[in-house]
Amino acid sequence: MTDVFPPDTVRCDACPVLCYIKRGHAGACDRYANVEGQLVRVDPHILLDRAKSQGTPLVPFLEREGDWDGKIMQGQDTFVTAIGAGTTYPDYKPAPFIVSSEVQGVDMVTVVTEGIFSYCGVKLKIDTDRHLGPERNFVRAQGEPVGHVTTAEYGSQMLSLGGVRHLTGGTKGEGRVTCETLLDLCNGKEVELTIDEGASIRVAAGQPPVVNGQREERMRVGCGSATIGMFAKQWFGKVDDVVVVDDHITGILSEHQAGKLLGVRETGIAIHGRRSTPGRYFQVAEPGTGWGGTNISDPLKILKPFKAKFAWPHLRLLMVSTTGEQYAYYELDDSLRPVEKELPESLKESVFRIRENCEPALTTVLFMGGAGGSLRAGVTENPVRLTESVKRRLTRVTCGGAPAYIWPGGGITFMVDVTRMPENAFGYVPTPALVAPIEFTLKKDDYALLGGHVNYVRPLGEVLAEKERQRQVTSLPHNPWPLKPFESGEES
Amino acid sequence: MRDPALIRMLPDGRRLHLHDGPIDLIIQADGSRENIAAAYEAAARRFVLILDELCSELPLLRSQVCKDSARPQGVTAQRMFRAVLPHAACCFITPMAAVAGSVAEEVLSAMTSATVLERAYVNNGGDIALHLGNAQGYTIGMVERPDRASLFGSLEICASNPVRGIATSGWRGRSFSLGIADAVSVLAETATAADAAATVIANAVDLPGHPAITRLPAREISPDSDLGDLLVTRDVGRLTLREISAALDSGARMAESLRNHGLIHSAALHLQRQTRVVHASTELFSSSCRAGLLRRGAPEIYSQLESTGRTTHA
Repeated sequence: MTDVFPPDTVRCDACPVLCYIKRGHAGACDRYANVEGQLVRVDPHILLDRAKSQGTPLVPFLEREGDWDGKIMQGQDTFVTAIGAGTTYPDYKPAPFIVSSEVQGVDMVTVVTEGIFSYCGVKLKIDTDRHLGPERNFVRAQGEPVGHVTTAEYGSQMLSLGGVRHLTGGTKGEGRVTCETLLDLCNGKEVELTIDEGASIRVAAGQPPVVNGQREERMRVGCGSATIGMFAKQWFGKVDDVVVVDDHITGILSEHQAGKLLGVRETGIAIHGRRSTPGRYFQVAEPGTGWGGTNISDPLKILKPFKAKFAWPHLRLLMVSTTGEQYAYYELDDSLRPVEKELPESLKESVFRIRENCEPALTTVLFMGGAGGSLRAGVTENPVRLTESVKRRLTRVTCGGAPAYIWPGGGITFMVDVTRMPENAFGYVPTPALVAPIEFTLKKDDYALLGGHVNYVRPLGEVLAEKERQRQVTSLPHNPWPLKPFESGEES
Repeated sequence: MRDPALIRMLPDGRRLHLHDGPIDLIIQADGSRENIAAAYEAAARRFVLILDELCSELPLLRSQVCKDSARPQGVTAQRMFRAVLPHAACCFITPMAAVAGSVAEEVLSAMTSATVLERAYVNNGGDIALHLGNAQGYTIGMVERPDRASLFGSLEICASNPVRGIATSGWRGRSFSLGIADAVSVLAETATAADAAATVIANAVDLPGHPAITRLPAREISPDSDLGDLLVTRDVGRLTLREISAALDSGARMAESLRNHGLIHSAALHLQRQTRVVHASTELFSSSCRAGLLRRGAPEIYSQLESTGRTTHA
């Protein structure tokens, strides 16, 4: 071949194919790549692409001695996660990897397996005050019911997706779509969901939710009443009355305890909805995706005419939502009708401060699953002992190295924040069910006591020596080190 | 510096792993202990020569095939040539489109000529050659996308049906594709035929000119690609169901045509989670295999790159 290639093209001589490899690409084998003009062995082949798409520095997996110590995680300590470890299902046999290592002078064992979870789901916390849909209504993906709307919590709406009834209890299509939806959410991908009689949302773990095409930026600073309390002092003297529009509790400065204490004069303002206590109103409008989680786009719609007995011409009124994203400023004309005016400089700061105090709105995805019979049998010949050991905090449960919250009560039902796990940690099988990594770490002595498969324990060094298809990832900074021996009284 | 070919048993003690340059084979034979040993030895002995043989005529193997193209010399290369020739009339194709299947077949044939085996497979990164003795069968796990641990089903191949080759092609795979299929899996009488056909069908799953599809000249990515300046698929954006259906229709027409010409047995086409199956006529299946495609079961072989260090998902 006589073609002239760019100067940073390298010719690989690792095999007789003699590939020309361009910068940032791999050769025909996908094992040798051109990294910054240098021929580098990359093993396994996914490493190069992953690192490129994430913008993180490439970690060359060099074969020469001393360049790489073969560890999945850099540094002194190495923890073998279950991601890609394989599974024993449906055979009742020892987990694919049972690894021993010494940590702070203590012999520890980590049982590493991937679980097939048909009893699993995700809990979604969507930071929004917008009305996503009535409680108990179906949440759908691709038209199939995959979960339901559950409780509204502080500044957020909870959705519960998956679970065995959607995965295997419905039609084949329902199961398949549920599985896909859970898989995508757990792997950090964006998913589009619609709620019966409600909104259409796009959500991804750790990302702001998009409600009816609109990206949520901020959580509300508080309910409308709380907002009045927080900002009353800053408004006093600069405006005659303030309405903080909120689907939950709309606050009115002049009637609110905070206003009264400051001596704010009565303004004759009148508002739709049901009065809870002075200055606090429920149901000023229908829930929706407008101001403060109501369905209104024109805030004047929630006001009744001002009472002539108290109101006066040129009365200054600020209306603002609980996130500060929407605001409007009015002055009353001679017939006591509000006329919109530009927001005075003196009030801008308070509106911005509401916005500033609203935390970023995110979607949180917690995977929840139960470690069942065959999975526990991969750990011990007497599965209930594993449950007991977990409950007594002798055994730590992690998912891809991320800490798992274990529910009290029977069984090993756990929850994990998927953003604390390495990327693409989840897989699926067409059962349909999700495949999730799970690791059980405990003292070697305790492992023997609970009837563990001690004959299958292999030293860490031996596992690491099988360099093929191991991938090195760095432990996430906020995760506790999974191998650390338990201390008494520690929360796992 | 030339890396030596790797010949080793996998940690399970049952499968043989052969690796040389871009070739990576996972092999498993069933039979008597001595016969398995003989087969593995024959496989390794044949294997270490193949890459050099192919590379000695690489420029020819990377050239477009037409009716009066020069024939290659090597037996593996000739098999590639014969497999792509039927497709050369209708589309651009080079013998490289069938290299993986032909290598798998070559090594399998070395094994079965050396000894008697109950059954055996050679999996070359998802292009699989099968040997089935009387009343034997294999369950194959079908992987939808090479970059995901996702099985969409499994299928059984038994001795009484003519399929001895399975191959998968798609733009996400190791080789370039002119089409947009995530994966096209083909069953054919030989691995080489399956490999060539999977390439051609995957190329046909396409929406020419669609703005959501990113294409680049093959040479810009891999300077010595056999596809030269042809545009290869690098990314496919989200498509509507209608578009997916249109692309799959186009691929399915190609698959039907290949099936009518007796070049393939059946094919499963995947694009953005939609699947189209082009079936063989049912009489080709024996009654015990009539459950046919998309049956669920515990797979023994995976239709994609098989993991060498440990078991894959599922």
